[in-house]
Amino acid sequence: MNHKQKVMIKGTREGLILHLDDQCDFEEILTELKGKLSEHITTDEAPLIRVSIELGYRYIHPYQEEILKEIVREQQHLVVEEIDSKVMTKEVALEWEKDRDITAISQTLRSGQVIDVKGDLLVIGDVNPGGTVRASGNVFVLGKLFGVAHAGSEGWTRAVIAASYLEPSQLRIADKISRSPDQEEVDGGYMECGFIDETAGAIRIDRLQKVVKWRPELVSLERRMHHG
Amino acid sequence: MGEAIVITSGKGGVGKTTTTANLGTALAIQGKKVCLVDTDIGLRNLDVIMGLENRIIYDIVDVIQHRCRTKQALITDKRFDCLHVLPAAQTSDKSQVTPDGMKEIVAELKEDYDYILIDCPAGIEQGYKNAVSGADKAIVVTTPEKSSVRDADRIIGLLEQEEIEPPSLVINRIRTHMIESGDMMDVEDIISILAIDLLGIVVDDDAVITGSNRGEPVALKPDTKAAIGYRNIARRILGESVPLMNLREEKITFLTKVKRILRIAK
Repeated sequence: MNHKQKVMIKGTREGLILHLDDQCDFEEILTELKGKLSEHITTDEAPLIRVSIELGYRYIHPYQEEILKEIVREQQHLVVEEIDSKVMTKEVALEWEKDRDITAISQTLRSGQVIDVKGDLLVIGDVNPGGTVRASGNVFVLGKLFGVAHAGSEGWTRAVIAASYLEPSQLRIADKISRSPDQEEVDGGYMECGFIDETAGAIRIDRLQKVVKWRPELVSLERRMHHG
Repeated sequence: MGEAIVITSGKGGVGKTTTTANLGTALAIQGKKVCLVDTDIGLRNLDVIMGLENRIIYDIVDVIQHRCRTKQALITDKRFDCLHVLPAAQTSDKSQVTPDGMKEIVAELKEDYDYILIDCPAGIEQGYKNAVSGADKAIVVTTPEKSSVRDADRIIGLLEQEEIEPPSLVINRIRTHMIESGDMMDVEDIISILAIDLLGIVVDDDAVITGSNRGEPVALKPDTKAAIGYRNIARRILGESVPLMNLREEKITFLTKVKRILRIAK
Protein backbone atom coordinates (compact mmCIF):
# COMPACT_ATOMS: atom_id res chain seq x y z
CA MET A 1 0.00 0.00 0.00
CA ASN A 2 1.47 3.30 -1.10
CA HIS A 3 0.58 5.35 1.91
CA LYS A 4 2.53 8.62 1.78
CA GLN A 5 4.01 9.61 5.07
CA LYS A 6 2.64 12.84 6.48
CA VAL A 7 5.45 13.25 8.96
CA MET A 8 9.06 12.52 8.21
CA ILE A 9 11.62 12.60 10.96
CA LYS A 10 15.25 13.25 10.09
CA GLY A 11 18.04 13.14 12.58
CA THR A 12 20.99 15.49 12.21
CA ARG A 13 23.89 16.45 14.40
CA GLU A 14 21.94 19.52 15.58
CA GLY A 15 18.86 17.52 16.49
CA LEU A 16 15.69 16.36 14.80
CA ILE A 17 14.00 17.87 11.79
CA LEU A 18 10.32 17.13 11.33
CA HIS A 19 9.13 17.52 7.76
CA LEU A 20 5.38 17.88 7.76
CA ASP A 21 3.32 17.26 4.63
CA ASP A 22 1.82 20.53 3.38
CA GLN A 23 -1.12 19.15 1.37
CA CYS A 24 -3.08 17.04 3.81
CA ASP A 25 -5.39 18.03 6.64
CA PHE A 26 -3.72 19.54 9.73
CA GLU A 27 -5.53 17.07 11.98
CA GLU A 28 -4.02 14.15 10.08
CA ILE A 29 -0.56 15.50 10.77
CA LEU A 30 -1.29 15.82 14.44
CA THR A 31 -2.48 12.21 14.72
CA GLU A 32 0.49 10.86 12.81
CA LEU A 33 2.94 13.06 14.72
CA LYS A 34 1.61 11.87 18.05
CA GLY A 35 1.93 8.26 16.88
CA LYS A 36 5.46 8.64 15.59
CA LEU A 37 6.80 10.52 18.56
CA SER A 38 5.44 7.98 21.03
CA GLU A 39 7.48 5.31 19.19
CA HIS A 40 10.63 7.06 20.28
CA ILE A 41 11.38 5.79 23.70
CA THR A 42 14.17 7.68 25.34
CA THR A 43 15.82 7.03 28.62
CA ASP A 44 15.78 9.60 31.39
CA GLU A 45 19.48 10.33 31.11
CA ALA A 46 19.32 11.30 27.45
CA PRO A 47 20.20 14.96 26.77
CA LEU A 48 17.70 17.44 25.39
CA ILE A 49 17.15 17.13 21.67
CA ARG A 50 16.38 20.20 19.68
CA VAL A 51 13.62 19.91 17.13
CA SER A 52 12.97 22.09 14.14
CA ILE A 53 9.72 21.77 12.27
CA GLU A 54 9.55 22.30 8.51
CA LEU A 55 6.06 23.15 7.34
CA GLY A 56 6.73 23.47 3.62
CA TYR A 57 4.04 25.52 1.90
CA ARG A 58 1.61 25.31 4.79
CA TYR A 59 0.64 28.40 6.76
CA ILE A 60 -0.34 27.75 10.33
CA HIS A 61 -1.94 30.05 12.83
CA PRO A 62 -0.11 30.84 16.09
CA TYR A 63 -2.60 28.71 18.04
CA GLN A 64 -1.83 25.76 15.74
CA GLU A 65 1.85 26.38 16.41
CA GLU A 66 1.09 26.00 20.09
CA ILE A 67 -0.67 22.66 19.47
CA LEU A 68 2.37 21.40 17.54
CA LYS A 69 4.76 22.53 20.25
CA GLU A 70 2.57 20.91 22.88
CA ILE A 71 2.67 17.54 21.14
CA VAL A 72 6.46 17.64 20.79
CA ARG A 73 6.89 18.79 24.37
CA GLU A 74 4.98 15.79 25.63
CA GLN A 75 8.15 13.87 24.89
CA GLN A 76 10.40 14.75 27.77
CA HIS A 77 13.63 15.24 25.90
CA LEU A 78 12.40 17.23 22.94
CA VAL A 79 12.31 21.00 22.66
CA VAL A 80 11.02 22.91 19.67
CA GLU A 81 13.70 25.27 18.45
CA GLU A 82 12.02 26.72 15.40
CA ILE A 83 9.02 26.34 13.18
CA ASP A 84 9.74 27.26 9.58
CA SER A 85 7.28 27.81 6.78
CA LYS A 86 7.79 28.88 3.20
CA VAL A 87 4.70 31.05 3.30
CA MET A 88 3.81 34.02 5.47
CA THR A 89 0.85 36.31 5.89
CA LYS A 90 0.58 39.60 4.08
CA GLU A 91 0.93 41.53 7.34
CA VAL A 92 4.14 39.79 8.28
CA ALA A 93 5.45 40.22 4.75
CA LEU A 94 4.72 43.94 4.78
CA GLU A 95 6.43 44.33 8.17
CA TRP A 96 9.35 42.37 6.80
CA GLU A 97 9.54 44.58 3.76
CA LYS A 98 9.49 47.68 5.95
CA ASP A 99 12.35 46.25 7.93
CA ARG A 100 14.37 45.98 4.74
CA ASP A 101 13.32 49.37 3.44
CA ILE A 102 15.31 52.58 3.47
CA THR A 103 13.42 55.66 4.63
CA ALA A 104 14.88 58.94 3.49
CA ILE A 105 14.24 62.03 5.62
CA SER A 106 15.29 65.32 4.11
CA GLN A 107 15.21 67.80 6.94
CA THR A 108 17.41 69.05 9.73
CA LEU A 109 16.52 67.27 12.95
CA ARG A 110 16.41 69.99 15.58
CA SER A 111 16.46 69.74 19.36
CA GLY A 112 13.47 67.79 20.59
CA GLN A 113 12.60 66.25 17.22
CA VAL A 114 12.51 62.48 16.91
CA ILE A 115 12.48 60.29 13.83
CA ASP A 116 11.70 56.62 14.41
CA VAL A 117 11.54 54.25 11.43
CA LYS A 118 11.47 50.57 10.62
CA GLY A 119 14.37 49.47 8.47
CA ASP A 120 17.24 51.70 7.49
CA LEU A 121 17.19 55.46 7.87
CA LEU A 122 18.86 57.96 5.59
CA VAL A 123 18.89 61.51 6.90
CA ILE A 124 19.56 64.08 4.22
CA GLY A 125 20.48 66.92 6.56
CA ASP A 126 21.99 67.40 10.00
CA VAL A 127 20.95 65.98 13.36
CA ASN A 128 21.40 68.83 15.85
CA PRO A 129 22.19 68.40 19.56
CA GLY A 130 19.01 67.25 21.31
CA GLY A 131 17.61 65.68 18.14
CA THR A 132 17.10 61.92 17.98
CA VAL A 133 17.10 59.48 15.05
CA ARG A 134 16.09 55.89 15.61
CA ALA A 135 15.82 52.98 13.20
CA SER A 136 15.41 49.23 13.52
CA GLY A 137 18.10 48.97 10.84
CA ASN A 138 21.12 51.12 10.05
CA VAL A 139 21.30 54.89 10.39
CA PHE A 140 23.03 56.97 7.73
CA VAL A 141 23.35 60.72 8.08
CA LEU A 142 24.45 62.66 5.03
CA GLY A 143 25.02 65.74 7.16
CA LYS A 144 26.47 66.23 10.60
CA LEU A 145 25.39 64.03 13.48
CA PHE A 146 25.48 65.96 16.77
CA GLY A 147 22.44 64.49 18.49
CA VAL A 148 21.48 60.97 19.52
CA ALA A 149 21.36 58.13 16.99
CA HIS A 150 19.96 54.70 17.76
CA ALA A 151 20.44 51.94 15.19
CA GLY A 152 19.07 48.42 15.55
CA SER A 153 16.46 49.82 17.93
CA GLU A 154 14.67 46.46 18.06
CA GLY A 155 17.78 44.60 19.07
CA TRP A 156 19.66 44.05 15.81
CA THR A 157 23.30 44.18 16.91
CA ARG A 158 24.82 44.22 13.41
CA ALA A 159 23.39 47.69 12.73
CA VAL A 160 25.75 50.57 11.99
CA ILE A 161 25.56 54.36 12.31
CA ALA A 162 27.43 56.33 9.67
CA ALA A 163 27.65 60.08 9.17
CA SER A 164 29.52 62.54 6.99
CA TYR A 165 30.55 64.18 10.25
CA LEU A 166 30.22 62.24 13.46
CA GLU A 167 30.23 64.12 16.76
CA PRO A 168 27.20 62.65 18.50
CA SER A 169 26.16 63.21 22.09
CA GLN A 170 25.23 59.53 22.19
CA LEU A 171 25.38 56.50 19.92
CA ARG A 172 23.12 53.58 20.64
CA ILE A 173 23.19 50.29 18.79
CA ALA A 174 20.72 47.62 19.91
CA ASP A 175 21.11 47.75 23.71
CA LYS A 176 24.62 49.25 23.78
CA ILE A 177 25.13 52.92 24.55
CA SER A 178 28.23 55.05 24.19
CA ARG A 179 28.58 58.74 24.81
CA SER A 180 30.95 61.46 23.74
CA PRO A 181 34.06 61.82 25.88
CA ASP A 182 34.13 64.48 28.60
CA GLN A 183 37.32 66.24 27.62
CA GLU A 184 36.66 69.43 25.85
CA GLU A 185 37.77 70.26 22.35
CA VAL A 186 37.33 66.66 21.25
CA ASP A 187 36.44 67.08 17.65
CA GLY A 188 34.25 64.70 15.75
CA GLY A 189 35.36 62.93 12.63
CA TYR A 190 34.53 63.15 8.98
CA MET A 191 33.15 60.03 7.29
CA GLU A 192 33.01 57.83 10.34
CA CYS A 193 30.90 54.90 11.33
CA GLY A 194 29.90 53.34 14.64
CA PHE A 195 29.21 49.63 15.10
CA ILE A 196 29.32 47.05 17.86
CA ASP A 197 32.74 45.44 18.24
CA GLU A 198 31.72 41.94 19.33
CA THR A 199 35.08 41.12 20.91
CA ALA A 200 35.02 44.26 23.07
CA GLY A 201 31.25 44.11 23.53
CA ALA A 202 31.03 47.86 23.03
CA ILE A 203 30.39 50.42 20.35
CA ARG A 204 33.44 51.29 18.32
CA ILE A 205 34.00 54.06 15.80
CA ASP A 206 36.11 53.61 12.71
CA ARG A 207 36.64 55.26 9.36
CA LEU A 208 33.72 54.67 7.04
CA GLN A 209 35.98 53.08 4.43
CA LYS A 210 37.00 50.38 6.87
CA VAL A 211 33.57 49.41 8.01
CA VAL A 212 32.86 46.97 5.20
CA LYS A 213 35.60 44.87 6.71
CA TRP A 214 33.47 44.59 9.88
CA ARG A 215 30.11 44.52 8.19
CA PRO A 216 30.49 42.81 4.79
CA GLU A 217 26.71 42.51 4.55
CA LEU A 218 26.51 46.24 3.90
CA VAL A 219 27.35 45.34 0.29
CA SER A 220 23.89 43.84 -0.07
CA LEU A 221 22.45 47.11 1.06
CA GLU A 222 24.05 48.79 -1.92
CA ARG A 223 22.38 46.27 -4.18
CA ARG A 224 19.04 46.92 -2.54
CA MET A 225 19.39 50.60 -3.24
CA HIS A 226 20.19 50.03 -6.90
CA HIS A 227 16.97 48.15 -7.38
CA GLY A 228 15.09 51.05 -5.93
CA MET B 1 14.74 63.65 55.22
CA GLY B 2 15.71 66.34 52.74
CA GLU B 3 14.27 69.65 51.74
CA ALA B 4 12.79 70.43 48.34
CA ILE B 5 13.34 73.96 47.06
CA VAL B 6 11.76 75.22 43.86
CA ILE B 7 13.62 77.92 41.94
CA THR B 8 11.23 80.08 40.00
CA SER B 9 10.86 83.57 38.56
CA GLY B 10 7.83 83.95 36.35
CA LYS B 11 9.84 85.72 33.70
CA GLY B 12 12.09 83.78 31.36
CA GLY B 13 15.79 84.35 30.97
CA VAL B 14 16.53 85.76 34.41
CA GLY B 15 18.73 82.82 35.36
CA LYS B 16 16.60 80.14 37.04
CA THR B 17 18.50 77.29 35.47
CA THR B 18 21.88 78.92 36.03
CA THR B 19 20.94 79.54 39.66
CA THR B 20 19.78 75.94 40.09
CA ALA B 21 23.00 74.57 38.61
CA ASN B 22 25.22 76.84 40.66
CA LEU B 23 23.42 76.47 43.98
CA GLY B 24 23.45 72.71 43.46
CA THR B 25 27.17 72.81 42.79
CA ALA B 26 27.80 75.14 45.74
CA LEU B 27 25.83 72.88 48.10
CA ALA B 28 27.70 69.85 46.78
CA ILE B 29 30.99 71.67 47.49
CA GLN B 30 29.76 71.89 51.09
CA GLY B 31 29.39 68.10 51.03
CA LYS B 32 25.59 67.97 50.89
CA LYS B 33 23.72 65.32 48.92
CA VAL B 34 21.91 67.30 46.24
CA CYS B 35 19.54 66.35 43.45
CA LEU B 36 18.66 68.85 40.72
CA VAL B 37 15.32 68.29 39.00
CA ASP B 38 14.64 69.92 35.64
CA THR B 39 10.90 70.38 35.10
CA ASP B 40 11.10 72.41 31.92
CA ILE B 41 9.65 69.70 29.69
CA GLY B 42 10.40 70.28 26.03
CA LEU B 43 13.01 72.97 26.63
CA ARG B 44 15.47 71.30 28.93
CA ASN B 45 18.69 73.18 29.64
CA LEU B 46 19.90 72.17 33.07
CA ASP B 47 21.76 69.15 31.71
CA VAL B 48 23.54 71.36 29.16
CA ILE B 49 24.66 73.88 31.79
CA MET B 50 25.90 71.03 33.97
CA GLY B 51 27.66 69.50 30.95
CA LEU B 52 25.81 66.22 31.34
CA GLU B 53 23.69 66.21 28.19
CA ASN B 54 25.43 63.21 26.65
CA ARG B 55 24.65 61.00 29.66
CA ILE B 56 20.87 61.20 29.44
CA ILE B 57 19.17 57.89 28.88
CA TYR B 58 15.92 58.23 30.80
CA ASP B 59 14.15 61.42 31.84
CA ILE B 60 11.53 62.64 34.28
CA VAL B 61 8.63 61.64 32.02
CA ASP B 62 10.00 58.10 31.87
CA VAL B 63 10.03 58.08 35.67
CA ILE B 64 6.50 59.46 35.97
CA GLN B 65 5.19 56.94 33.45
CA HIS B 66 7.06 54.13 35.23
CA ARG B 67 9.14 53.25 32.20
CA CYS B 68 12.15 53.22 34.50
CA ARG B 69 13.01 53.50 38.17
CA THR B 70 13.91 56.94 39.54
CA LYS B 71 17.50 55.84 40.21
CA GLN B 72 17.97 54.81 36.59
CA ALA B 73 17.12 58.29 35.36
CA LEU B 74 19.45 60.11 37.76
CA ILE B 75 22.74 61.31 36.28
CA THR B 76 25.76 61.65 38.54
CA ASP B 77 27.71 64.86 38.15
CA LYS B 78 31.19 64.69 36.64
CA ARG B 79 32.77 66.51 39.56
CA PHE B 80 30.77 65.56 42.65
CA ASP B 81 29.47 62.10 43.47
CA CYS B 82 26.94 63.63 45.85
CA LEU B 83 25.33 65.72 43.08
CA HIS B 84 22.75 64.22 40.75
CA VAL B 85 20.53 65.55 37.99
CA LEU B 86 17.10 64.31 36.97
CA PRO B 87 16.76 65.63 33.41
CA ALA B 88 13.56 66.87 31.80
CA ALA B 89 12.17 65.25 28.69
CA GLN B 90 12.96 67.00 25.47
CA THR B 91 10.47 65.28 23.21
CA SER B 92 7.50 64.21 25.29
CA ASP B 93 4.30 66.11 25.71
CA LYS B 94 4.36 68.25 28.83
CA SER B 95 0.83 67.23 29.79
CA GLN B 96 2.31 63.90 30.85
CA VAL B 97 3.71 65.49 34.00
CA THR B 98 1.18 66.10 36.75
CA PRO B 99 1.47 67.70 40.19
CA ASP B 100 0.77 64.29 41.74
CA GLY B 101 3.52 62.68 39.68
CA MET B 102 5.95 65.38 40.79
CA LYS B 103 4.99 65.01 44.43
CA GLU B 104 5.66 61.30 44.20
CA ILE B 105 9.13 61.78 42.70
CA VAL B 106 10.13 64.56 45.10
CA ALA B 107 8.94 62.54 48.09
CA GLU B 108 11.06 59.61 46.92
CA LEU B 109 14.12 61.83 46.37
CA LYS B 110 13.74 63.48 49.77
CA GLU B 111 14.53 60.16 51.41
CA ASP B 112 17.99 60.03 49.81
CA TYR B 113 19.06 63.66 49.48
CA ASP B 114 19.66 66.64 51.74
CA TYR B 115 18.47 69.12 49.13
CA ILE B 116 16.30 68.77 46.06
CA LEU B 117 16.48 71.84 43.83
CA ILE B 118 13.61 72.02 41.36
CA ASP B 119 14.25 74.12 38.27
CA CYS B 120 10.91 75.64 37.30
CA PRO B 121 9.96 76.57 33.71
CA ALA B 122 9.10 80.19 32.88
CA GLY B 123 5.46 81.17 33.05
CA ILE B 124 2.67 80.48 35.50
CA GLU B 125 0.93 77.62 33.72
CA GLN B 126 0.96 73.87 34.16
CA GLY B 127 4.75 73.62 34.21
CA TYR B 128 4.98 76.06 37.09
CA LYS B 129 2.23 74.26 38.98
CA ASN B 130 4.03 70.94 38.54
CA ALA B 131 7.35 72.35 39.71
CA VAL B 132 5.88 74.00 42.79
CA SER B 133 3.68 71.08 43.84
CA GLY B 134 6.46 69.00 45.37
CA ALA B 135 8.38 71.85 47.02
CA ASP B 136 8.72 72.82 50.69
CA LYS B 137 10.38 76.16 49.99
CA ALA B 138 10.74 78.54 47.10
CA ILE B 139 13.50 80.79 45.84
CA VAL B 140 12.40 83.58 43.51
CA VAL B 141 15.03 84.78 41.07
CA THR B 142 14.82 88.26 39.65
CA THR B 143 17.05 90.74 37.87
CA PRO B 144 17.19 94.49 38.60
CA GLU B 145 14.78 95.23 35.77
CA LYS B 146 11.24 96.50 36.07
CA SER B 147 9.70 93.74 33.98
CA SER B 148 11.42 90.97 35.87
CA VAL B 149 10.57 92.50 39.27
CA ARG B 150 6.95 92.80 38.14
CA ASP B 151 6.86 89.10 37.24
CA ALA B 152 8.60 88.18 40.48
CA ASP B 153 5.90 90.09 42.35
CA ARG B 154 3.24 88.11 40.51
CA ILE B 155 4.91 84.81 41.24
CA ILE B 156 5.34 85.68 44.93
CA GLY B 157 1.60 86.31 45.06
CA LEU B 158 0.95 82.90 43.53
CA LEU B 159 3.43 81.20 45.84
CA GLU B 160 1.65 82.64 48.86
CA GLN B 161 -1.40 80.59 47.86
CA GLU B 162 0.63 77.39 47.97
CA GLU B 163 1.24 75.42 51.13
CA ILE B 164 4.91 76.30 51.33
CA GLU B 165 7.14 78.54 53.39
CA PRO B 166 7.33 82.22 52.37
CA PRO B 167 9.72 82.51 49.41
CA SER B 168 13.13 84.14 49.57
CA LEU B 169 14.75 86.28 46.90
CA VAL B 170 17.86 86.04 44.77
CA ILE B 171 18.75 89.11 42.74
CA ASN B 172 20.73 88.05 39.72
CA ARG B 173 22.74 89.92 37.08
CA ILE B 174 23.51 92.98 39.12
CA ARG B 175 25.60 95.51 37.22
CA THR B 176 27.44 97.56 39.78
CA HIS B 177 28.32 100.46 37.51
CA MET B 178 24.71 100.87 36.37
CA ILE B 179 23.41 100.92 39.92
CA GLU B 180 25.97 103.51 40.85
CA SER B 181 25.03 105.72 37.93
CA GLY B 182 21.39 105.33 38.95
CA ASP B 183 20.41 103.54 35.71
CA MET B 184 19.50 100.30 37.42
CA MET B 185 17.25 99.50 40.37
CA ASP B 186 19.34 98.82 43.41
CA VAL B 187 18.89 96.04 45.91
CA GLU B 188 16.98 98.18 48.41
CA ASP B 189 14.48 99.31 45.75
CA ILE B 190 13.73 95.74 44.77
CA ILE B 191 13.32 94.51 48.34
CA SER B 192 11.02 97.38 49.21
CA ILE B 193 8.76 96.42 46.32
CA LEU B 194 8.78 92.68 46.80
CA ALA B 195 8.91 92.67 50.62
CA ILE B 196 10.41 89.22 51.07
CA ASP B 197 13.65 88.01 52.63
CA LEU B 198 16.75 88.53 50.53
CA LEU B 199 18.72 85.31 50.22
CA GLY B 200 21.54 86.73 48.15
CA ILE B 201 22.77 88.73 45.23
CA VAL B 202 24.79 87.68 42.20
CA VAL B 203 26.63 90.14 40.01
CA ASP B 204 26.57 90.01 36.24
CA ASP B 205 29.72 88.16 35.28
CA ASP B 206 31.04 87.02 31.91
CA ALA B 207 32.29 83.87 33.62
CA VAL B 208 28.67 82.73 34.07
CA ILE B 209 28.22 82.57 30.31
CA THR B 210 31.57 80.90 29.66
CA GLY B 211 30.75 78.40 32.37
CA SER B 212 27.32 77.60 30.90
CA ASN B 213 28.80 77.11 27.47
CA ARG B 214 31.47 74.78 28.79
CA GLY B 215 29.09 72.84 31.00
CA GLU B 216 30.99 73.90 34.11
CA PRO B 217 28.89 75.96 36.53
CA VAL B 218 30.68 79.15 37.54
CA ALA B 219 30.39 78.23 41.23
CA LEU B 220 33.37 75.92 40.66
CA LYS B 221 35.63 78.93 40.10
CA PRO B 222 35.95 80.63 43.49
CA ASP B 223 37.89 83.57 42.06
CA THR B 224 34.89 84.94 40.19
CA LYS B 225 32.42 87.31 41.81
CA ALA B 226 29.41 85.34 40.63
CA ALA B 227 30.81 82.20 42.24
CA ILE B 228 31.23 83.99 45.57
CA GLY B 229 27.60 85.15 45.28
CA TYR B 230 26.34 81.62 44.66
CA ARG B 231 28.51 80.10 47.39
CA ASN B 232 27.26 82.67 49.87
CA ILE B 233 23.67 81.81 49.00
CA ALA B 234 24.41 78.11 49.50
CA ARG B 235 25.89 78.87 52.93
CA ARG B 236 22.80 80.88 53.86
CA ILE B 237 20.61 77.95 52.76
CA LEU B 238 22.63 75.82 55.15
CA GLY B 239 21.79 78.25 57.95
CA GLU B 240 25.04 80.21 58.20
CA SER B 241 24.75 83.95 58.46
CA VAL B 242 26.92 85.47 55.76
CA PRO B 243 26.98 89.24 55.19
CA LEU B 244 25.92 90.55 51.79
CA MET B 245 28.70 90.99 49.30
CA ASN B 246 29.93 94.54 49.04
CA LEU B 247 29.06 95.71 45.56
CA ARG B 248 31.30 98.75 45.64
CA GLU B 249 34.42 96.76 46.25
CA GLU B 250 36.09 97.90 43.05
CA LYS B 251 36.06 101.48 44.16
CA ILE B 252 37.79 100.78 47.44
CA THR B 253 40.99 102.70 47.75
CA PHE B 254 44.02 101.54 49.61
CA LEU B 255 43.20 103.95 52.39
CA THR B 256 39.70 102.63 53.01
CA LYS B 257 41.08 99.12 52.97
CA VAL B 258 43.50 100.03 55.72
CA LYS B 259 40.71 101.73 57.60
CA ARG B 260 38.56 98.68 57.37
CA ILE B 261 41.28 96.36 58.53
CA LEU B 262 41.81 98.60 61.53
CA ARG B 263 38.12 98.55 62.31
CA ILE B 264 38.05 94.75 62.19
CA ALA B 265 41.15 94.65 64.31
CA LYS B 266 39.35 96.83 66.82
